[in-house]
Amino acid sequence: MRRAVAAVVRKDLRVELRTGEAVPAMLLFSVSTFVLFHFALDRASVEGELAAGVLWMTLLFAAVLGMSRLFVAEREQGGFDGFLLAPVDRTSLFVAKAAVLFSFLVAVELAAVPAFSILLLGPSPWPVAPELVLVLLLADLGIAVVGTLVGALGIQTRARELIVPILALPLMIPLTIAAARATSPLFLEAGAEALAGRWLLVLGLYDLVFGLVAFAVFDFLLEE
Amino acid sequence: MFARGLKPLSIASVVLIVGAFALVFFYAPNDADQGFVQKIFYLHVPLAIVALFGFVAGGVYGIRYLRTDDRSHDLRSYVAIHISLILAVAALVTGSIWARAAWGQWWVWDEPTLVSFLIVFLLYACYQPLRFSIEDPERQARTAAVFAIVAGAFVPLNFMAVRLAESLVHPRVLSATGGSMPGEMRLTFLVALTGMAVLFVTLWKYELTSKEASMQLRALKRALADEDDAWVPTRRSAAPQQI
Repeated sequence: MRRAVAAVVRKDLRVELRTGEAVPAMLLFSVSTFVLFHFALDRASVEGELAAGVLWMTLLFAAVLGMSRLFVAEREQGGFDGFLLAPVDRTSLFVAKAAVLFSFLVAVELAAVPAFSILLLGPSPWPVAPELVLVLLLADLGIAVVGTLVGALGIQTRARELIVPILALPLMIPLTIAAARATSPLFLEAGAEALAGRWLLVLGLYDLVFGLVAFAVFDFLLEE
Repeated sequence: MFARGLKPLSIASVVLIVGAFALVFFYAPNDADQGFVQKIFYLHVPLAIVALFGFVAGGVYGIRYLRTDDRSHDLRSYVAIHISLILAVAALVTGSIWARAAWGQWWVWDEPTLVSFLIVFLLYACYQPLRFSIEDPERQARTAAVFAIVAGAFVPLNFMAVRLAESLVHPRVLSATGGSMPGEMRLTFLVALTGMAVLFVTLWKYELTSKEASMQLRALKRALADEDDAWVPTRRSAAPQQI
């Protein structure tokens, strides 16, 4: 299974490096959204809860863009058929795709979070960088798992670009609650407060539950 | 196939629902704080509880469908979620009316149960569009089952996250202490809840029977049609078309 996962991940990352389809679009979307937020909120800088909200809404919507692209090549160019013919465990496709979406998200955030701190964020994020990275990684894991599942559901339909967002957004509400509540004390103008452990716990639980559920049901989305 | 026990179930749901309303209006005392308007509770809470159980039942039938490949489980899952969606709309509307009467606002954000319920409703509202956008019946059934299972797992997680996020002003009806209802209220509530549950099962069975009958009718029409118009185009639908 490990070799199959590695092969699919390598294939997807190479396709992304050569075509640059998902990550640049997600990044561009994020930066445009920060600019939009500047005008929509009419603020030069944001802090605290508002900053956490702006950051997470932007990242979530950018992630939805990535989700709906995730399986397009597989569906349109016969990747699913090739994968089903190969003598490998079907769950490895799920693990590989989740890993790919996770790495896309990390790549986007590596540029989008600094852009956010330059464009909108009032207090400097550098003193709280380790905590912020921890929250981002935990949330990315959840987004990657749910996103892979939703992407695989959406690719079965003929209205992918409609189904993926309407499914993904309600499913990510618990994640958004936890991520935004965990981040908002980090962005306080008066100085960052400590990270609340229970939100990290909720994020971890979300990742675990959806990881297990997705692991159990993903097989059935591949049958032809 | 689905029609067995439909008559006693129908009678039981009529008796229970009528009995519950009689108890609500003539037996249960008026609430000390809220007065008469509190009685919407006997409608709102059973609606919400039964809708949530219906959603979870949809997930359970989804698991069964994936296990057995028996299309009738897909139909059961579909009908359970469909009726639960209708009950959920009613629960949201009655909840909103109650919130307006009790707290003076149509919608209260710091009330975790109502908010979680809205989120769950928003998620399940995607069930029909999801099914409708898949034409191949087998793929439709499989995708819908996967959705029903994922959403079923989402329900408790969502309730937990929202509850952690908000303060607690909503009455905990079924808390470990049994709430703080006096005996008459509790009896009325239990009768109303049972009535709603029986009504749900009855409606579920009626809908299943009706769907099955129209499937049989379609099959008969197809069998009786002339050679020329033997091909009857099936309408694209969110509902399962054959079992």
